[in-house]
Amino acid sequence: MSGFAVEMRDVVKTFQTPEGGFVNAVDHVDMQIKNGEFFSLLGSSGCGKTTSLRMMAGFEWPTQGEVYIEGEPQGHKPPFQRPVNTVFQSYALFQHMNVYQNVAFGLEMEKTPKNEIDKRVGKALEMVKLNGMEKRSPKQLSGGQQQRVALARALVKLPSVLLLDEPLGALDLKLRKEMQLELKSLQREVGITFVFVTHDQEEALTMSDRIAVMSHGKVMQVGAPVEIYERPNCKFVADFIGDSNFLEGEVRSCDGENTISFVPRLGMEIHGMSQSKFSPGDKIVISIRPEKMRLSEQPALSQNCLEVKVTNSAYIGSDTRLEVLAKDVKLKVWEQNHISTLDPRAYHQGEQKAWLSIFPDNALVLPAE
Amino acid sequence: MLRKFRESKSLQGTLLVAPTLLFMVGLLIIPLLLTTIISFGRRNADGGVIYTFTLDNYLRLGGFSTSCENGASACFDPLYVNILLRSLSLAFETTILVILLAYPLSYFIARAPSKHRNTFLFMVLVPLWTNFVIRVYAWMMILRTQGVLNGVLGSIAGLLHIPFTPLEMLYTPGAVLVGMVYEFLPFMILPIYTSLEKIDNSLYEAAADLGADAFRTFFRVTLPLSLPGVVAGTILVFIPVMGTFIVSDILGGRQVILVGNLIQRQFLDARDPTFGSAASLILMVMTLVVTYFYTRKFGFGEEIIVA
Amino acid sequence: MNPNRRAPFVLVMTLLVYFFLYAPILVLITYSFNSSKTNVVFEGFITQFGDTKLVSGNVVQSPCGPFHWFCELAKNGEVMNAAKNTLTIAFISTISATVIGTMAALALQRYNFKLKGFSELALYIPIVIPEIVMGIGILTLFSQVFTFLNNSLGLSGDMRLALGLGTVIVSHITFSVPFVTLVVRARLQGFDQSFEEAAMDLGANELITFWRVTLPMLLPGVLSGALMAFTLSLDDFVITFFTNGPGSTTLPIYVYGLLRRIITPQVNALSTVWILIVFTAVILLQWLQNREAKE
Repeated sequence: MSGFAVEMRDVVKTFQTPEGGFVNAVDHVDMQIKNGEFFSLLGSSGCGKTTSLRMMAGFEWPTQGEVYIEGEPQGHKPPFQRPVNTVFQSYALFQHMNVYQNVAFGLEMEKTPKNEIDKRVGKALEMVKLNGMEKRSPKQLSGGQQQRVALARALVKLPSVLLLDEPLGALDLKLRKEMQLELKSLQREVGITFVFVTHDQEEALTMSDRIAVMSHGKVMQVGAPVEIYERPNCKFVADFIGDSNFLEGEVRSCDGENTISFVPRLGMEIHGMSQSKFSPGDKIVISIRPEKMRLSEQPALSQNCLEVKVTNSAYIGSDTRLEVLAKDVKLKVWEQNHISTLDPRAYHQGEQKAWLSIFPDNALVLPAE
Repeated sequence: MLRKFRESKSLQGTLLVAPTLLFMVGLLIIPLLLTTIISFGRRNADGGVIYTFTLDNYLRLGGFSTSCENGASACFDPLYVNILLRSLSLAFETTILVILLAYPLSYFIARAPSKHRNTFLFMVLVPLWTNFVIRVYAWMMILRTQGVLNGVLGSIAGLLHIPFTPLEMLYTPGAVLVGMVYEFLPFMILPIYTSLEKIDNSLYEAAADLGADAFRTFFRVTLPLSLPGVVAGTILVFIPVMGTFIVSDILGGRQVILVGNLIQRQFLDARDPTFGSAASLILMVMTLVVTYFYTRKFGFGEEIIVA
Repeated sequence: MNPNRRAPFVLVMTLLVYFFLYAPILVLITYSFNSSKTNVVFEGFITQFGDTKLVSGNVVQSPCGPFHWFCELAKNGEVMNAAKNTLTIAFISTISATVIGTMAALALQRYNFKLKGFSELALYIPIVIPEIVMGIGILTLFSQVFTFLNNSLGLSGDMRLALGLGTVIVSHITFSVPFVTLVVRARLQGFDQSFEEAAMDLGANELITFWRVTLPMLLPGVLSGALMAFTLSLDDFVITFFTNGPGSTTLPIYVYGLLRRIITPQVNALSTVWILIVFTAVILLQWLQNREAKE
């Protein structure tokens, strides 16, 4: 036992394009998923997340490299020989069987005796809060109910790993948010490793223990939600997760953690934080999240403080989203509305001047791309 | 061993299609090849085949005969060419008539309330499912000199005190045309209906909203969208008509001879399989040529997938 | 609401065409009660029951009354034999064509293999060539092959290879398969493969997946194809005409033969029975469909 629930070692998956060329949907991916964790694969379509999941399930086989499940190399094993189960994006409920038969199907394949099937199906349906629906046919169920049947059907087999391929994609917003929390608590309760594929970063951040951000077949960064959000290791991740301001510049000095860079468009030096050592002259880009910027009437810091003009403001309710102009650079600033008031002077409006302050710790210095 | 099979998708595919290929190659492609080979042969005394290479059969079809009436060594007898042309023109006429008759009916069914549509469709299909030969026979009963049509016309003439001689309708090209149209009408109704039915009601509403009257809506919206159905129906009608021999046999007698009759006679009465094969090949080539040019212009009509 | 629907032109044409479609059938049915044996003119119904009596070519009395010709039909051994042949051929060729056509549809829709293009072309051929070309082609093949085999193997008598039920059946399979494949393929096109993946994910191997998941969901298409094959076989004349032999006569061939010999109202009686059976079957199918739709 290597200790990991799922492992991918230097996996490559190549497909042929309709024009006749080749593309690596998965491009030398290494991944280690720990036992019992809720692990998300996050990225936009075509990044390789679904292909990776399908290789774990056995619907595709790696062109190169190896997939391990509980330490066992899976090689070319077909899906029915693997101890994993999948929840499909379209649910894939068998239309000609009712709910009970759907959930029981996997146990039938294991040749489980009838009375045990009864017991386990009952428990599984209870777990997803669908007890009493055994006789219904999938056509008679709502989207959310179908999704739960798909979940029960996969979980009833007690797999070592549960693979979920964008299962919440077809649900409306409110239901989706409900299901996110339900899935999270279900996972805690059952203790099974969940591998969750999604393109919705908020979803990934809400539910996961760790996230792997993927792009063009490669893993860009793996880490806990807070790591991904606060310490992205490249511009792509910083841009993909949440919102950010980017300032291009050149390193003046760096001691490993503190970096001073010159940003030509602002005509000033910005003090920032870095995660690796840069040399003077390196081209970098500084990432600052909008909620981390401060506007005040007077300069509030000795460094990283500049005069700006508010050009746009949008009142969201919980916060006000502002667009400010610093020299000719547009920057996004989000201010939380922490006082309940109707007085318009409490919020920054267009054409107002203010001083923008950025704490050096909030200015992340990343390599330019 | 099983793993090898499981992994090779192309092997699985080939095995699945193998039985079908066996039938298609054995009972379709090889017979066609054989027909081609034989068409270049000569018949022997018992009606069998001498495998040789001669263009005699094709020359005969083209009209160049070596046994001429006035003793000349070579002359031109357009007998067979005429037969081919007659088949072609009959196929065209039938197709056009069928389109004209089928379209209004298909339109009616497609625009009928959906709970009635199936009934109307079945009413179209029921005659189709009663046998082909039986339906041709029915027309024989109607069209002959003492048949139903003459009987009805005669009674009407009697009531109006007009002298009436029974019309000679059977054993004429007209009778054959009527029979053909009758036989193949359902084959045009169904595809046209299918493509009309696919037109969303909201398109008619949109056209009306944009100012089109009934006439314009039909010609600018309905007709173009129903074209795949017409195309598919044409293929379903034209090709069989080209090869029919029963309708012309029963309703046309000795007077109307089509390519199909020619081929049939060669194989049964005249016992010259080589000449029959040549005629058959010419028929196939002619049909393919017309179909090719037609589909190049209009497509196959596959947009309407079998309902 | 399209005013076209109410256009009187459409309505009139529709009625005319329906009348055109059904008038011959009504004539057929009426004449099956004709008392005239020569069946040229309709001489009226047979009204008297009793032993068969003829008066100047007209049947005036019959044990079956007006249904005289139907009774004659029932006594006609040739017809019964032809009917038996027709059904046998239809059943065997339908089942065979459905099985191998479904297999071919799966192959063509889901796999890539070297012979794929060729197969698709081959399946198109029966649709674009006139039936008679196919018919005489098969006839030629069989006659040449049989003659050769009979001579070289010295077969004689009952052992001789000849045209018969077997040759008709294989020909029917050949023209049915492309249609079955077409119908099943159309159904497969909209078929989401995630159902089969789900089954395999849950532990079913390829065979069990096909049997428990793919086939049940494909069934409407397969049945459609089977129905089509059955209809094609039942109704076929041209290809059967060229490939049948003595003893394998089918109903269409039999009727054609009758038409060239003696035409009595028996032919009409046969037609009427055929029409009634079809009509009943259609109504039954409709009723079944409605029941299934309600569930």
